[in-house]
Amino acid sequence: MSPGHYVALAVILFVIGAVGVLIRRNAMVIFMCIELMLNAVNLAFVAFARQHGQVDGQVIAFFVMVVAAAEVVVGLAILMAIFRARRSASVDDANLLKY
Amino acid sequence: MLLAASTATATTTSVVFWVLAIVSVAAALGMILSPRVVHCAVLLAIVMLSLAVLYLTAGAPFLAAVQIIVYTGAVLMLFLFVLMIVGVSSADSLRETIRGQRLWAGLAAIALLVLLTLVVGHAVIGPAAPAFPSYGAGNVTSIATLIFTRYFFPFEVTSALLITAALGAMVLAHRERTSPKPTQRELSRQRVAGAHPTPLPGPGTYARHNAVDFPALLPDGTPSALSVSPVVHGRPGAREAVSEALREASGALPAGPEGADQSESPPQPGPTGVGQPAYSAGEDANGNGQNGGRS
Repeated sequence: MSPGHYVALAVILFVIGAVGVLIRRNAMVIFMCIELMLNAVNLAFVAFARQHGQVDGQVIAFFVMVVAAAEVVVGLAILMAIFRARRSASVDDANLLKY
Repeated sequence: MLLAASTATATTTSVVFWVLAIVSVAAALGMILSPRVVHCAVLLAIVMLSLAVLYLTAGAPFLAAVQIIVYTGAVLMLFLFVLMIVGVSSADSLRETIRGQRLWAGLAAIALLVLLTLVVGHAVIGPAAPAFPSYGAGNVTSIATLIFTRYFFPFEVTSALLITAALGAMVLAHRERTSPKPTQRELSRQRVAGAHPTPLPGPGTYARHNAVDFPALLPDGTPSALSVSPVVHGRPGAREAVSEALREASGALPAGPEGADQSESPPQPGPTGVGQPAYSAGEDANGNGQNGGRS
C-alpha cells in the first residue's frame, strides 16, 4: 500500500472525530473524539515516515501519544470535578461563564 | 521467486489495509452516533486496535506495541473507570439543543474534508521508500537512537509534562472533606433509623432469563421493586422489562400452591426453574402459608 492510502484513511478518521466533537454533548464522548483525531494524526505521521524511509515520524507519533495520555489524565480529572459539582457530564450544563 | 514473494506480501498488506480501513471507519462512525457512552468506548477500542495493526503493516512495530499498551490498555481503561464513577446509566440524548447544529456541523465537516483532501492531493505523496534497515528488527534501536540524540530535549520535557499531569490529576481529583468522618456508631445508628435496617432483597429469585432485572418476591408474595438496581431501571429497554416482570410476578401469585407442592416434594425439580426449590424450601413455610390464608 502506498502512503497515500494511509493518509487518506487518516483524513477520514480526523474528519469523523471533528464531527463527533461538534455534534456530541457528553464530555466523555468529546474526549474520545479528540483521541480519535490524535490517532488519525499519528497514522499520518507513520505513513509519512514510511514514505521517507526514516523513523523521525514515528518518534513524533510517540511524543504525540505521551502528550495525549497526559491530556486524558488531566481532562478526565477535570471532568470528574465538574461531575462532582454539577452531577452531569453534559457540556451544556457547564455554562456558568455564559451569563 | 523473490518477486513472487514480495507480490504476495504486497497483496496481504493491501487486503489487511482495506479490511482494517473499513472496520475502523465503521467503528468511528458508530462511535460518534451511538447514544451510550460504553458503546462509544468499545468502538473506540476497535478503532485503536485496527490502527495498531495498520502501524505494523506500515513498518512501525514499536508504535504498534505502544498503541496497544498505552491507548487500548491504559487510556481506554481510564475512560471506563471514569465512566463507572460518572455513571453507566448516563446516556447521551442525541436531541439537538442548538437549532441547526447538525446542519452546520455537517457543512463544517464537508468543508474540512474538502480542505484536507485538497491539501493532501496537492502534496506529492510518492510510493513508499525502499525497505530501510530501520523498519525491520532495527526499528526499536533506531527509534531509541533518535530519541536519545536528536530528540533528547523534547524527551526530557516530556518527563516534566508527565509529572505535571500526575500532580494536576491528583489536585483536581482530590476532595477536601468538609464534615468529620462518620464513626461506626453513627453509621449503625443511621442504618437502624433509616427505612431499611436490613439489607435490600437481591434480585432474580424467580428469574427465568436474566436474574439482574427480575425482581425478588418478598415473603408475603409481592414483588419488590427495591431488589432491582436503579441502573437497570434506567436502561432504555429494561424499564418495560422490569415492569413486565413485576406484573408477571404479581400475576403468578395464584401459582403459589404449585410452589408449595414443589416444596413438599423436593426430589422432583420443578418445571419452572432450577433455582426455585432452593428458595421456596426455605421461604414457603411462611410465604405461601400467608398467601393461602389471604386468598
